[in-house]
Amino acid sequence: MQHAYAAPHGVSAEAFPGEEFTRQTLAVAEADIRKLIHDPVELFTRMVQPALWLLIFGEVFTRIRAIPTGGIPYIDFMTPGILAQNVLFGAIFYGISLIWERDLGIVHKYLVSPASRVALVLGRAISSTARAVSQMVLVYILAIVLRIHLRFDPLSLAGVVAAVMLGAAVFSTFSLIAACIVKSRDRFMGIGQVLTMPLFFASNAIYPLSMMPGWLRVFARFNPLSYQVDALRRLMVVGGVSSFGLPFDFFVLGLAFVLLIAIAARLYPKIII
Amino acid sequence: MPETTDKLNAAPVEPASSDGGSNAVETRSLTRRYGDLIAVDHLNFICPSGAIFGLLGPNGAGKSTLIKMLTTLLPPSEGTALVAGHDIVRDPRAVRRSIGYVSQMLSADGDLSAYENLSISAKLYGVPRAERAARIEHALEFMDLSHVAGKLVKHFSGGMIRKLEIAQSMLHRPHILFLDEPTVGLDPIAKQSVWQNIRDLCEEFGTTILMTTHDMQEADELCETVAFMHSGQLAAMGSPATLKLALGADASLGDVFIHYTGATISEGGDFRDAARLRSTTRRLG
Repeated sequence: MQHAYAAPHGVSAEAFPGEEFTRQTLAVAEADIRKLIHDPVELFTRMVQPALWLLIFGEVFTRIRAIPTGGIPYIDFMTPGILAQNVLFGAIFYGISLIWERDLGIVHKYLVSPASRVALVLGRAISSTARAVSQMVLVYILAIVLRIHLRFDPLSLAGVVAAVMLGAAVFSTFSLIAACIVKSRDRFMGIGQVLTMPLFFASNAIYPLSMMPGWLRVFARFNPLSYQVDALRRLMVVGGVSSFGLPFDFFVLGLAFVLLIAIAARLYPKIII
Repeated sequence: MPETTDKLNAAPVEPASSDGGSNAVETRSLTRRYGDLIAVDHLNFICPSGAIFGLLGPNGAGKSTLIKMLTTLLPPSEGTALVAGHDIVRDPRAVRRSIGYVSQMLSADGDLSAYENLSISAKLYGVPRAERAARIEHALEFMDLSHVAGKLVKHFSGGMIRKLEIAQSMLHRPHILFLDEPTVGLDPIAKQSVWQNIRDLCEEFGTTILMTTHDMQEADELCETVAFMHSGQLAAMGSPATLKLALGADASLGDVFIHYTGATISEGGDFRDAARLRSTTRRLG
């Protein structure tokens, strides 16, 4: 079409293919990470729950010896599950910030920018991974204090970081989708409460899948948290084993993430309608 | 429909004609429905380039819905529009590259500093890395915010927030700037200051400004052309002086508003929008 308007004179062309997409994605992530740096209190308050689980539930069940753990102490067995739980609980309520920002008008600013919808949701997923990795560091400190037998070789640590980041990205994007559908803070809080407990208890976080009744085991096999915990158990604690195999764990988490991002990008603009 | 039906039919609406895309905005039978409610009804109008254009009308007249469609936040149910020569339906990303938008609500992030807000916007819009810092410094200076660049926005006054939001929306030098009730909730001094900034933007960058307002004084002082919307349609359009003169020597723009839109409270609008507007006003206050 012929028209008098060229591109705005104040912007640059792409330096390399995908440069614009990368820059916009990172800008969205940066905004959220900067907020976390300005006010990191949330990270510390989130530590109360894993501390209670490990100190009370972990210590008691270690003495009972009722749960088959594959030869490792129960508290070691459950530590990866508690890390995954901490990531899940942080990420699953991530969508409420979207509703809050929608009510303030901040989301409108992003939606009228030239950023693609995929960049907007991917940026948010990345920022949730930054929160999750910060929580991971704090859980590691807690685990060291409790003398849990952790692996510290670089490859295992890198694997734990990857599993934590992927898990956070999956559940925060899931949360974003829920926010785009329910659209109100009150309804979202209710949905969040309803989702977290089934996701946690219908997984291998605090007991192995072999202990579950058949119907629950089927549900757990479709629960991404089971694959995150499975990978973390193998990578995080000495003597931990993976039931599904690390490649399959990461494949499932990666696939879930890609699917959820595609859905979230479609739904994201509807949050303001 | 109020008793002004005849008046509406006689309104001096300029016919929409196209010269191929040099107008800032040109709507073509633009329509938006919410179920049975028609918020914008087959609207045809032209906003010329380089002007400060005011969109006026009662609550529920369709102004905000129109702005949302023109900024690609809301897809039209029917029809389309050209914004900076780009079709809002076929090429929404090209539209978004060409425009700036300041919503009725507070779009600046209160948990970030003014500089951080501007920096994020510069990255989203692709302001060249080498120019980012200078562009941000200039924007801060232009809006008289340099002294609070590092301060968290949640500690700003309402006027300062609005200035920051306008600065954000202008960083990429858009062709058209959409302002949805830019001075709602501001005190008279802050209003005057924002008005001056809007005039300066128009003069320095040649930006077309399309703004909605309920403030007749604002429309009279700032806008070269105003359009009155009523029940999703264009009721009248022209310069404030022409429209006032058509009603009588002593007529105010408020009289013109009542003449073309009716004196009864509109049934349209939306509970959520009303709540947001009040919330914005409260936060700015």
